[in-house]
Amino acid sequence: MLTGKVFKFGDSISTDHIVPGRLAHLRSNLPELAKHVLEDADPTFAERVKPGDFVVGGNNFGLGSSREHAPLVIKMSGVSAVLAKSVARIFFRNAINLGLPVLVCDTDKIEDGDRLEVDLEQGTVKDLTNGNEISFKKIPPAMLCILNEGGLMPYIKKHGDFKL
Amino acid sequence: MAKTLAEKILSHKAQADAFAGDIVVSKVDLAFVQDTTGPLAVREFKKSGFDALANSKRAVLFLDHAAPSPNRQLSTDHMLLREFALETGATLSDVGEGVCHQITAESLAKPGDVIIGSDSHTVTAGALGAFATGMGSSDVAVGFALGKTWFRVPESIKINVSGAFQKGVYAKDLILHLIGLTGADGATYQSLEFGGETVSKMTMSERLTIANMAVEAGAKAGLFPSDEVTRDYLVKQGRGDDYAPLAADEGAAYERIIEIDAAKIEPTVSKPHTVDNTATVKELKGTKIQQVFIGTCTNGRLEDFAVAAAILKDKKRNPQTRLIIAPASKKVLIQCIKAGYAETFIEAGAIILPPGCAACLGLHQGVLGDGESCLSTANRNFKGRMGNPEGFIYLASPATAAASAITGEITDPREAL
Ligand code: SF4
Repeated sequence: MLTGKVFKFGDSISTDHIVPGRLAHLRSNLPELAKHVLEDADPTFAERVKPGDFVVGGNNFGLGSSREHAPLVIKMSGVSAVLAKSVARIFFRNAINLGLPVLVCDTDKIEDGDRLEVDLEQGTVKDLTNGNEISFKKIPPAMLCILNEGGLMPYIKKHGDFKL
Repeated sequence: MAKTLAEKILSHKAQADAFAGDIVVSKVDLAFVQDTTGPLAVREFKKSGFDALANSKRAVLFLDHAAPSPNRQLSTDHMLLREFALETGATLSDVGEGVCHQITAESLAKPGDVIIGSDSHTVTAGALGAFATGMGSSDVAVGFALGKTWFRVPESIKINVSGAFQKGVYAKDLILHLIGLTGADGATYQSLEFGGETVSKMTMSERLTIANMAVEAGAKAGLFPSDEVTRDYLVKQGRGDDYAPLAADEGAAYERIIEIDAAKIEPTVSKPHTVDNTATVKELKGTKIQQVFIGTCTNGRLEDFAVAAAILKDKKRNPQTRLIIAPASKKVLIQCIKAGYAETFIEAGAIILPPGCAACLGLHQGVLGDGESCLSTANRNFKGRMGNPEGFIYLASPATAAASAITGEITDPREAL
């Protein structure tokens, strides 16, 4: 069971909002890069986020570049899961590869600052602030295999190959 | 059962009878990284205990995004990639060679290939009938080591194009128009498959422009059949042997079919800050522009510069508008010099940058000032993309870009042709 506070973002949060290209020189210095997480969407996010919190977006979260650094800095900030109405393909795959759960659900009624309780096994999200309960779309089984091993690299280390 | 292009290629490479929705493990014919995603891939590769590449000739490291590097951190990242190439035998495409997707088209991609690259515009090679898609650094690191990856076979959307473009309207206008129709997530997890009489006549350069932007509709791939145009292109690149014909089967199942009449398309622009925020050039006429950028993997080829040079010949850029030109590859730069375009651009007041990504992603060579607007031939106009979240980016064809450089405001290229 995951619990934490919501940081709510709008539609079309791109990988440029999360880690803009102008910070490419920090990509080999991840702790420094992580200080800028989501800077172009909310410059105060990095200071305020606490381990266990949730990033909640609208439609097409994570669109744009294939930079794995985007889900990586979100994970490094302590965020326990990303929730969004829809998620761009590469971001979704990258997040799962890093062991960061991405949950597709109706986020309209979730407000900034709400407290959520997420049950990954049951597939439910409970908004403790307004009492709403929503369910999220099942993570595809192939990706669940990878997520359950903690990401792609641990998965490959253990199995030596794709056994999906 | 009849197959789409995506189903055909993935079935062949996975040695399975695969259809949309199936999970396959496929051979990877080409895997590459670029300089902003490569260092993470190299570190993941090493951390996982891999030491050898599955196929070193088909593992490529491109130094193109920071070319040449503007700072010590990126220079040190370049060193890491050069060393990795030496250690493993991977192919290195060093600073000055050009943008990964252009070089992939010129010298690497073959019809029927499966290509993965840690760059979202890897879809570009779909123009040659390759199933090419962008992935993250970890996926490509595993592709380097194992020579394979997994896919969910995508559903396909068929885009049928008929009719001829009006004067002043180009492939770029078509793809911007299409993304305006589908939305930036209209094709998420799916493959766009282009066909129809207009597509069969399109040059490879036009096909590359269109395939390049498939990802801006959310698509996993943007595929073209491999036909006579593909053969001619490969022969011209000196690799006619790489040609193989490829077409979708008659009766293949499509998620939906979108019919486009090219004759009805107007010169089109994407407004800040999303690609699907499209308008016609007419609607934006008069919008002041401080920088025009012609280049990138979308529109940095000889045909693009030919169009721009025809408009800029014996003209000057507007004194309030900078004009930046960046050929997508070394080959293109040499061709531009030979054809006299380079001189035309310089006489018009342009700056010619080295082959590479240049101003496209905001880490050097043309960063916008606060409140400035750029008209760019690139594929993305997200907030912050050109190095400044206070900048505004409009996307358009090379013709619209060249015409606008002369007037200093968004201008209909039909007035300049
Ligand atoms: S030219 Fe632009 S879009 Fe193309 S690979 Fe380079 S940064 Fe990416």
